[in-house]
Amino acid sequence: MSTPRPPLSPFAAAVGAAHRDGELVVQPRMGFPDTGRMREGLLAVRAARARTVGTVTVDSYTRVGDHASARAALDAGTDLNGYPIVAHGPAAVRRMLDGLLGGASDDGKPGNDEPCDGEPGDNEPGFAVQIRHGSADPLPIVETLLAAGLDATEGGPVSYCLPYSRTPLADAVSAWARACELLAERSGGTAHLESFGGCLLGQLCPPSLLVAMSVLEGLFFRRYGLRSVSLSYAQQTSPAQDAEALAALRLLAAEYLPGLDRHLVLYSYMGVFPRSRHGALALLRAGAELAARTGVERLIVKTPAEAHRIPAVQDSVLALEVAAAAARSTPPSYGAPDDREFGVLAEARALVEAVLELAPDIGTALIRAFRTGLLDVPYCLHADNANRSRGFIDGLGSLQWRTAGAMPVRTAAGPEARAPRAEELIDMLSYVQRAYDQGARLGTPAPTPLKERS
Amino acid sequence: MNSTLVERRRRHVVVSGVSSDAHTWNLVFLQLLLEEMGHQVTNLGSCVPDRLLIDECRRLRPDLLVISSVNGHGALDGGRMIALLRELPELRALPAVIGGKLGVAGAEAGSFGPALLAAGFDAVFEEADGTEAFRRLVGEAPPALEAVSPEPAPGTEAAPPAPVSPAGVS
Ligand code: B12
Repeated sequence: MSTPRPPLSPFAAAVGAAHRDGELVVQPRMGFPDTGRMREGLLAVRAARARTVGTVTVDSYTRVGDHASARAALDAGTDLNGYPIVAHGPAAVRRMLDGLLGGASDDGKPGNDEPCDGEPGDNEPGFAVQIRHGSADPLPIVETLLAAGLDATEGGPVSYCLPYSRTPLADAVSAWARACELLAERSGGTAHLESFGGCLLGQLCPPSLLVAMSVLEGLFFRRYGLRSVSLSYAQQTSPAQDAEALAALRLLAAEYLPGLDRHLVLYSYMGVFPRSRHGALALLRAGAELAARTGVERLIVKTPAEAHRIPAVQDSVLALEVAAAAARSTPPSYGAPDDREFGVLAEARALVEAVLELAPDIGTALIRAFRTGLLDVPYCLHADNANRSRGFIDGLGSLQWRTAGAMPVRTAAGPEARAPRAEELIDMLSYVQRAYDQGARLGTPAPTPLKERS
Repeated sequence: MNSTLVERRRRHVVVSGVSSDAHTWNLVFLQLLLEEMGHQVTNLGSCVPDRLLIDECRRLRPDLLVISSVNGHGALDGGRMIALLRELPELRALPAVIGGKLGVAGAEAGSFGPALLAAGFDAVFEEADGTEAFRRLVGEAPPALEAVSPEPAPGTEAAPPAPVSPAGVS
């Protein structure tokens, strides 16, 4: 990760600088319909006592390409679940970000609080913003963000299609190919793109498929011109299994994506969230500690509002600060005692290799993989997903395959697979919520001696 | 006596999301729940455009339409869709319910029930209601499969079932 390369996206540069300073970057999920509120949110994130980058989360109308409904809601003053970036247009986005990006700003606030005694890196790039959406056809969003002077966003041909749309996978693959090319070209090669492959439907998917999807989408991004990528993984049910998955992701990323600027991003738990404040914050801390232990560069947080409503600005600021504090008090401990206990690396590698054998072109390979069920996302209703695989939580709290369809992975021995009853499904979906609401912590590792990080 | 939208026999239920909502775990759950109650379910999935949903209802002629949305746009999308659906004479009497997290502000925002009933739904189940009232309303086909009712939240023991508009309930 140290070869000379063209200038980086300010977003990737901010993550790189924090990593050199030994700090975890924390980032919210944040979106409000109007430009003023969105700007206030970004200012509050920048001022939080944490090493932050900002997020503009796009609303659901914009995600499905229904910009007319987004416009109508804005005109009527109706609340939306995010910022309708296309309906607002690039000029509004520029206004929103005016003086907010980079190091020192014109309103006199520092680009970032530096609460540690360590010196800020000398090429401290300051505050940066990423556009997060969830669109199978991202072109209008990508065009708008580029026209507004931004170059960092998120998604992928599979991960923004299957969980987010009824768009045929083949259409999403071509739309994402064009979007990647546009990003690379119009940014002058700096653009940063994060794969959402490590999340998919957010829950009940064994880690090997999440790791494989992230790597495969990273390969897709490179094929279409991106030089700076992040690969994602979402916190699941077992901290030990998660640590193994993150180690596998890092290793496969180095193998398959050499020469690219890259980092790992962990998502705080993406499934049914604890309803209580104490439970939500404990789960958030567990994710931040996992990130710090495993050397993940960036963490996207969830807030105590998650189970209930769209988070307000102060919910996000609280979550960022709690996560940053938890990460700072956790020393890294690379190389878990047994990083093959769950077999994540072997399974993820088998999946990646099997897909790459299907066609020389990665886009074609992904389409064939889903057509043949070689990739099969559990419980995903999308018409192009075989939907024959099922995950379950085993006695130790880790995610395993009950049935795997045509995927080259190991299914757990056990009772004949059958569809779970509604109540059993809810039980599995609320496994994490229940534990944390009851004050438990899942798979708390033996307490490690606390030592200073630097 | 409980009012039921569907008689105690196997009926065909269409389960669907709304146009802008991508969530599917809610749809998977409702399908299982209804199937266990003995009904036959067609699950249209997520991000269903109004036109497609209405065309499917005309083609399938279900006994009940169950709309679920949790992304916070449910009141907007559901209200718009049901008004369009009710314009068609052949779907005017189709029993239709909606539920989930229908706005972006949680319980604080107050209820979307009255507006959605006025727009044409027969019943509205907001997040806090749980699924008990829904089960009662839909009616179990084989009573043997009666599932355990969720525990009522403290202080809500006597909560009335979700509002049901007198019109349109068969
Ligand atoms: C998993 C999840 C996702 C996954 C979904 C994958 C998929 N394809 O399903 C991913 C990560 C992709 C995702 C994406 C988004 N999500 Co989401 N997601 C969740 C999460 C964490 C869990 C939902 C879940 O799986 N529940 C399990 C199912 C079984 O239960 P349920 O959906 O809650 O439904 C229950 C009841 O509501 C009720 N019910 C539901 N429908 C009906 C209908 C009837 C008739 C009845 C009787 C009952 C009923 O019964 C169910 C069982 O009790 C929730 C937060 C949480 N609850 O913890 C957020 C949440 C629902 N998401 C939210 C949002 C906004 C989004 C996004 C728009 C992104 C964003 N802006 O943050 C996108 C969706 C894009 C789009 N086009 O819509 C918000 C909605 C906000 C609101 N309503 O106020 C939530 C609440 C998170 C938050 N606090 O911001 N999400």
